[in-house]
Amino acid sequence: MINKQVKTTADAVAGVKDGAVVLVAGFGAVGVADDLLEALHNQGAKELTIVANNSGNGDHGLARLINSGRVRKVICSYPRSGDYSAFLNAYRAKSLELELVPQGTISERMRAAAAGLGGFFSPVSANTRLQDGKETREIDGKLHVFEKPLKGDIALIRARTADRWGNLIYTKSARNFNPVMAMAAELTVAQVDNMVELGTMDPETVVTPSIFVDRVVVVGGNA
Amino acid sequence: MTTLNVTPLTRHQLAWRAAQDLPEGAFVNLGIGIPTLAASYVPPGREVIFHSENGVLGLGPAPQSGEEDENLIDAGKNLTTLITGGCYVHHADAFLMIRGGHLDISLLGAFEVSEAGDLANWTTDDPSFPPGVGGAMDLAVGAKEIRVLMDHVSKKGEPRILKTCSLPLTAPRCVKRIYTNLAVIDVTPKGLVVLEMVPGMTLEKLQAITEPKLTLAAAFKEIAPPKMAA
Repeated sequence: MINKQVKTTADAVAGVKDGAVVLVAGFGAVGVADDLLEALHNQGAKELTIVANNSGNGDHGLARLINSGRVRKVICSYPRSGDYSAFLNAYRAKSLELELVPQGTISERMRAAAAGLGGFFSPVSANTRLQDGKETREIDGKLHVFEKPLKGDIALIRARTADRWGNLIYTKSARNFNPVMAMAAELTVAQVDNMVELGTMDPETVVTPSIFVDRVVVVGGNA
Repeated sequence: MTTLNVTPLTRHQLAWRAAQDLPEGAFVNLGIGIPTLAASYVPPGREVIFHSENGVLGLGPAPQSGEEDENLIDAGKNLTTLITGGCYVHHADAFLMIRGGHLDISLLGAFEVSEAGDLANWTTDDPSFPPGVGGAMDLAVGAKEIRVLMDHVSKKGEPRILKTCSLPLTAPRCVKRIYTNLAVIDVTPKGLVVLEMVPGMTLEKLQAITEPKLTLAAAFKEIAPPKMAA
């Protein structure tokens, strides 16, 4: 019998290696797997590359990993969001590297990795500073920039409901980066509010199919 | 702006003016800041569907007290609502809509705009802070029409509509219309054309605070903003 549910958030993030590329879903504070980030902090992996839209807030989750010196590089579109002092301090101290990527390019680079593609040409950032160092090509008279696929070693996903196969449903705008990141990592781990019996989810409403999900953990006591 | 001897539009009046031009049935993305205010000023009875980069198609007004949902936010990370008929999509699809030309109009803020329609709105190059680009470049390249809302001059009174942008570009040649707190200006192949100005403003006074050459549209008229909050 397939059962992807694990008991604890520690079980969920077990095995993450130093130097791992970690896909951290969420937009601002919404749809972020905060408890998995805390578990990753306790797990101890270091030299991490984080892929996220923002750069963490306060001193919890991603910000806590940064404050503990565990993050080597952040790939994001908008680090300046909310109380991002953890990132700002590390950035000013030059203790981590920032790769700034337009928001749609980040999500599409992960989608390309998920789809087995070797990258894509995009008109976004053409003729701007962010095209520097990248291959360009004129397509139908318009300059395009080559973007490489972006694959994670692990994706930290936040969803509302899972079944034991790992089918996932989300909540409103907390869906955001979660479905695309879930598809783009070697190991996809989902923090969910509750589990339902296999077969009770309407197949027409499943957003992330089980094939993309490896581990599920319930946080909040509705296991 | 006492030296100009005119009353500039407030932030809300500027958003109101831009909202009047959003046509029935349009899919529209609103940038962070003043553009977000435009959602409140679409004329009654006109259906305009607002898109938010974080995966909301059919963005509604701010929630009433007691109806807040922490899982429903807009691009500025403010709590919002979903209108009847609206739906949620994931990020790759939200940006497919942006980049793929599926949005009719995007209203964006700007630091600078050039006479060719070049847009600079993502970084002021302040070395003490990290840069952030968010969805600015995706929107500037992808939406069918980019309209910009901005103060006509900088806090120091210097022109922000320039022959060439001094700040790093978000995208070249993308802006079609500029709404400022003093005028409505179209970017055309023949240069910048002034469609409207606030009462009391003259082309000469506007030209003095605008770097590229301005011409007055044949159908020029005064902006008549309603009284509203600052």
